[in-house]
Parts: sequence; structure tokens; C-alpha cells
Amino acid sequence: MRKRFLAAVAALLLGGSFASGASAADKLKVGFIYLGPVGDLGWTYQHELARQALVKEFGDKIETTYLENVSEGPDAERSIEQLVRAGNKLIFTTSFGYMDPTLKVAKKYPNVHFEHATGFKHDKNMSIYNGRFYEGRYIQGVIAGKMSKAGVLGYIGSFPIPEVIMGINATMLGAQTVNPNIKVKIIWVNTWFDPGKEADAAKALLDQGADIIMQHTDSPAAMQVASERGKLAFGQDSEMIKFGPKTQLTSIMDNWAPYYIARVKAELDGKWKEEDTWGGLKSKMVVMAPYTNMPDDVKKLAMDTEGAIIDGKLFPFKCPVIGQDGKEVECKGGTRLDDGQVLGMNFYVKGVDDKIPGK
Amino acid sequence: MELVEAIILSVLAASTPLLIAATGELVTERAGVLNLGVEGMMIVGAACGFGGAWLSGSTIIGALCGIIAGALLSLIFAMMTLGLAVNQVASGLALTILGIGLSGLIGAGFVGERITPAPHLHIPGLTDIPLIGRILFGEDPFIYLSLALIVAVWWFLYRTRPGLVLRACGDNHVSAHALGYPVLRIRTFAVMFGGACAGLAGAYLPLAYTPFFIPGMTAGRGWIALALVVFASWLPGRLVIGAYLFGAVTILQLHAQGAGVGIPSQFMSALPYLATVIVLVLISRARTGGSTAPAALGTVFVPDR
Repeated sequence: MRKRFLAAVAALLLGGSFASGASAADKLKVGFIYLGPVGDLGWTYQHELARQALVKEFGDKIETTYLENVSEGPDAERSIEQLVRAGNKLIFTTSFGYMDPTLKVAKKYPNVHFEHATGFKHDKNMSIYNGRFYEGRYIQGVIAGKMSKAGVLGYIGSFPIPEVIMGINATMLGAQTVNPNIKVKIIWVNTWFDPGKEADAAKALLDQGADIIMQHTDSPAAMQVASERGKLAFGQDSEMIKFGPKTQLTSIMDNWAPYYIARVKAELDGKWKEEDTWGGLKSKMVVMAPYTNMPDDVKKLAMDTEGAIIDGKLFPFKCPVIGQDGKEVECKGGTRLDDGQVLGMNFYVKGVDDKIPGK
Repeated sequence: MELVEAIILSVLAASTPLLIAATGELVTERAGVLNLGVEGMMIVGAACGFGGAWLSGSTIIGALCGIIAGALLSLIFAMMTLGLAVNQVASGLALTILGIGLSGLIGAGFVGERITPAPHLHIPGLTDIPLIGRILFGEDPFIYLSLALIVAVWWFLYRTRPGLVLRACGDNHVSAHALGYPVLRIRTFAVMFGGACAGLAGAYLPLAYTPFFIPGMTAGRGWIALALVVFASWLPGRLVIGAYLFGAVTILQLHAQGAGVGIPSQFMSALPYLATVIVLVLISRARTGGSTAPAALGTVFVPDR
């Protein structure tokens, strides 16, 4: 679900640049395909941290290689195949758009194991994994509902896809528990990564009266703008408190390391098998950055909410979920929306005064 | 009114890097050289500009680092295309790829660091004028510098003899050569001016726009600057219109979304491109006999000795 704008021609020719090499025949070779540069401070950076954790954990038992700046599309297939030919036996492809290319290569090389992030197609030798980031969004909603004086949240969206829409809904459901009249202004920037544009969107939201900025884009630009204006904001993917020491309330952090370590261990032990993992706060695939810049009662409320989600007492999408049209959404999971409904979410909940673009 | 002022301020900031980079490319192309490496020079300018400002604590030193980095990178391009007469399109694309890689390498040391953004002007009396004060006298100096730059370039190209010679090199390098003008030297200077501008435009991003450096932060602005030069039909005046129009529509569509205008955001995001292309094409159509591409643009010139 990641797409970065890179000048098309450049990306095509660039393909990707190699890093970390040195060959040894008996080591397990583990490959990674990254969408952005490792220094993006967001999505790709978190995957890179997990790769480094792998190296630390397994030392010279494994050898890792990554290709960065690999654009989604035909280029991805070639890059994945390049990793296979280089002898990698376990390959992590870390963006939604790599789904079909990974599947294609997986069918071609049944003896190589693949791990694809955030997709839904899998195969005998291709697992999928994703984080339940909406759990963190729900907590952020609770905090935002408490902290917003204007009662207006500013939300920077990347693309109107289910992943982002479920985040907006979870935020609103959380916020409505503490402020039933909370409003949200949404601006889509149609990119995952363009610091300038993200900053412009944050400025526009603040100028229009929002006083808390939330984002589903990758750079710390929005945080930085909020900080300059003395407003509050949430980080994204990574810890961003450096860009707003008095601004960041918390941040949803992607924590892939435990999963990567478990998967590599399984591969080393010869026990790897295809799995479908959707980990949340409980499995620590999603971790909240420290709750900062808020009074103690809000902090306690946030921690209680987090605890309740971890204990399985609270589900962000518990039924009844009321849609924008005021009608109750069909409840396929008994007491809550089932995973399929959440993964394919294409409606706003009640209280979002906006339309999903293109719908 | 406050909202209008806020919008105008955002537009100024969004348009400035485009205008600076496009100004440099306009001079390069007017001399007959097509340098497609603007994006690459910009991102290296961003990395070096940030690095300079971060190490020295000074915006001016940061800007100078960006300018020098852009100029040096363009010098490689000049050596390839002018010295060795290599194809300009291929060299320009290669320059972009080199620049993206190089900026990651240069920037690796200070990703995640932050600097104090460029100070805003404050002229007592003038900056405090209601409504227009902040717009005309209260923003970062780059904004006003960029306008001075394009005026200077216009004056140079159309009101000075060296400007005429430069345009002659772009329109007919054989004749310029026959008249005894050092075509390759003039073109080298033009390319380096373009590089310096691209470097400054790139440096503007981390110095004033979003005060941190992230690889890839130019996010395609170099390509937009290139396109602006073409759609402005190589005329400085139209370039200003194009750059500001692009910036204005970019910001306005964000505000329209925030205000809940029911137009799909995908269309809104495409709007700056559409509006700029349509307006500039209409201007070109309205004035017949307007300037077209420099006749020798992109062609290799090897002087016979």
C-alpha cells in the first residue's frame, strides 16, 4: 500500500542500488525489497531497522541484502528475481504494490520463500503480513478528541484506499467516545512521500481551523509545520518527536523486528511455512510511541485504551458501526466487523462530513 | 482575509523552488543545451544545502553550498555534452540518477537532523502594513531573490549584448561560431548557471520549506521546472506566470479539499498540471509569432578547427 513518487524515468533506470554484500555459500541469504530510501524516516526506515535487528540477532548465520527505491510495477518483478538469482532463500517484499510481482516470482521459484507486506494474495511459498495500525489510530482518536480545543482534526491522507480509510474511521470512532461532536477535515495529497506537499496540506488544515494534525503520509513535514505553529500532531510509522518535541502526542510505530526474527528462525530451523499474519498492539507489531505533551488524565485514558485493546476487551470496530448514511453496517464478525470487512473498508463512519474521492 | 493571506504565503513558498530551478534551465536551454538533470542537481543541492546549514548554523552558507554543489554537478554534464559531445538527453537523465544516488550518500550523515528555518524578513514599518505587509516584505528572502533573479535574467537576455550572444548560440551555433564567439565556453557558463539555480532551488526546500533533509525530498519538482520552461515557450515573463499558477493551483486545491468541495481528490491533484498547461498554451496561441524553442536546442556542436 505504499507508493512513492519518483520521477518515472529515473526510477525505471535506477532500478535499485545494492548494499551490504560479501558472499558465503553456507549462510542463509535473506533479501529485502524497499519502496523508498532507507533514510526516509518512515515506512522503509522501519523495515530497515528490522533488517538490522535480524543481523544483530543471527550474526554470521545469515547474510542480508536489500534493494531500495524499487518502484512498484514491472521493475519490482525484475528486482525480486534478481534477489532470487543472487541466491536469496527468504525474500521480504515490503510494499502493497509488490503483491502481484512477488506472486509471479514465487510461482516461478517454488523452493524460495517469500514474505509480502500488506497484501492479500498468498501461495504455498508466499506468506503475507501486516500490522493492525487502526488500533493505534483509535487511541490517537481518543487523545485527539480530548486535546482538540476547536473540535476539528486535520487529517492528511495519501490515497483513498481501505488502509487509509480504516484509519480515518478508527480515529473518528475513538474521538467520538470522548467528544461526540468532533469534526475532521481531510486533505488527500495523492502521494506517500512529498515533504513539501505534506507541509502545504498541514498548513492548509491549520489555516482552516483544525488544531490537531494527523497524517497517513510518510515524512515528518506535517509534524514540523504543526510544531512551528504551536499546534499538536501525531507521528507516523516512526518516532518523530525530534521534529516536534512539544508537538508530538504519540506516534504509531511499525515494529517488524519480532516478526522478521521469528520468520528467519523458522527458515533456519527448516520449519518455515506459509502464514497470514495481521499483528496489532498485542503482538507488538504495532507499538505506540510514548504519550507526550498531554495532561495526565488524557495520558491515563490513552494507556487504558491501549490496555483494553491489548487485552481484547475493546475492538475499534465493535458493532454497531454506523455508516455515514446513518445505517448500521452489516456485522459479519459477531460482535465486531470481521477482518475482511476491515481490510476492504470503503465507507466513512457517521460523523465524517466528507466524501470518499471517486465514490 | 487572514485565510487569503495564509493562502498567498503558502503559494509564494510553493512556487519559489520551481521558479528558481526553471529560471536556470531557461538560460541553459536558451544557450542551446537541454539539461534534463534538473531533478538530480536539485536533490544534491538540497543535501549539500542542508549539510552546509547544519554544520555552520547559517542559512546563507547552506544556500551557497547548494549553489556550488549544483554548479559542480552541472560541470560534469558540461564536460560530457560539450567537451565530449555526448548525447544531451542521455547525459541529463544519467545526471538525475547520479544526483539521486549522490544525495542519499551525502545526506546519510544528517538524515533526521533539523535546522532553524531561514529567517523571515522584518522591515519595521513595511512588514507591519496590514494585508500586504507580510506578503511583500515579511517572508524568507529566497522568495524575493527568485523574483529579482528572473528579472535580472530577462534583462540580461534581452537588454545586453552578452545575452544576445548567448541566445545566438542557442539559435544557430554554427553562425555564432563563425562570428568568432566561443560557443562551447558560453554554453558551459549557461549550463553552470542552470546548475547553480537548480542547486539553490533544491537547497530552498530544506532551508526554508521543510527544515530537514530526507532522500528524495524534491519529489519530482525538477521535472516540473523542466516542463514549465517548455510551456512558457522559453520566455521569462511566462515562466513567472507558469510557476505561480502551478503553485497557486497546488495550494488552492488543498484548501478546496479541506473545505469539503465535492470534487474527487485525484482530479484535484492533477489540476495544477492541467491548469498550467492549458493557460500557457493559450497564451502562446494568443500571441502569434511568439518565441519557440531555441533552434539549436539539444544538438551537439563540435567546432571545426
